[in-house]
Amino acid sequence: MSDHAQPAGTRWIWNIFWLLLIVTAVEVGLGIVKPPFLMTKFAGTLLLNHVFIILTLVKAYYIVMYFMHLKYERKNLIWAISLPALILIPYMMFIILVEAGYFGSITLQSIPGN
Amino acid sequence: MATQATVDQSNENVWGGGNRPLGASYGKLMMWFFLVSDALTFSAFLIGYGVYRFKFESLWPDPDAVFTHFPFLHGEFPLLYVALMTFILIMSSVTMVMAVNEGHKMNQKGVTIWMLATIIGGVIFLGSQAWEWYHFIVGEHGAVRFEDGRMAKIADSEGHVLSLHDIIHGEGVAHDHHEKFATEDVIAAFKADPSLQLLLPGKEHEVVDHKTALPLVENSYVVQGANMKENEYGHPLFANFFFFITGFHGFHVFTGVLLNFIIFLNIVKGTYERRGHYEMVEKVGLYWHFVDLVWVFVFTFFYLV
Repeated sequence: MSDHAQPAGTRWIWNIFWLLLIVTAVEVGLGIVKPPFLMTKFAGTLLLNHVFIILTLVKAYYIVMYFMHLKYERKNLIWAISLPALILIPYMMFIILVEAGYFGSITLQSIPGN
Repeated sequence: MATQATVDQSNENVWGGGNRPLGASYGKLMMWFFLVSDALTFSAFLIGYGVYRFKFESLWPDPDAVFTHFPFLHGEFPLLYVALMTFILIMSSVTMVMAVNEGHKMNQKGVTIWMLATIIGGVIFLGSQAWEWYHFIVGEHGAVRFEDGRMAKIADSEGHVLSLHDIIHGEGVAHDHHEKFATEDVIAAFKADPSLQLLLPGKEHEVVDHKTALPLVENSYVVQGANMKENEYGHPLFANFFFFITGFHGFHVFTGVLLNFIIFLNIVKGTYERRGHYEMVEKVGLYWHFVDLVWVFVFTFFYLV
């Protein structure tokens, strides 16, 4: 069964650990240093924020695929788990943030700061 | 007809139970589907956070100016503490993978040790979160809130933030984070020193000079620390979202530690040794990694972006 396709031993676990640790360290480093060439706006937010989000997705991929073992499950299970998340979360982001564009332009008396 | 009969036969096998079309047991599948729904819940929370953050961008605190403490160190260390918390959670994820790995080998002693390590990691994380909440709630510098709901910190002529303690007792005097200051005293002290300015929240670090600030300060009141209604760092909704999202995540960690502990007891009792497999460890492992996964996103959207 595909269940046994995962590598033997514990080396792969530490490889993923170092990868997650290094990516986190890079994120923290970038967050502290804030390199000037990343501080330009691109697609609505700072380039630095895009870098953060991409690095986060990299970490998420490794946690789900290796730590949660999804990579070694059957194909139909992989898709049954990942498709709902991959379709619905971007859909929700799109719908809610587009509506928020209107919401941001109106004022609400009940919320301070308007 | 013969062909028809064979098809019926195999259909009966598929739907008659006893096989696993997805190659995973019922319990594992249900854990996965629960995690997918939980992922959608957390996404909704973080998107909601984004909506209000975009709406109140100029009043939204810069996280670098909020979470600056580190245990036993004085001064400001943005990001370091949460980086440590992230490390603790990743580490406890690793020990969980180790436990699952030993479970495949039916090594009871190995599973026991790694499971215990995972539980300890989870407890340390919860403790760190309590420490962070405590500092967030008590506050650092204190701020004034204007009539229109905006808020600002007090800064010196160079734009460096001063705490209310500094402007009332003078700089360099031993600090008591719990001292509460009266609004009148703060306004009087601000008026008396023309070198003081106001620093607005937000990533632009906008400064309001003394003259422009005076009428704003006149009708302001002092806010120290953060709660559900007031938040010295910026917009109150920041505190609301912070308590809600990190609280909900912390609740997941707490539940995870409980589940891990129950499974740990069963491991020690030898339940899974008798059962012949350690699949329960894999199931709680999935939940535990998910908690780590959510934290990766909370870390990005609350502390980095």
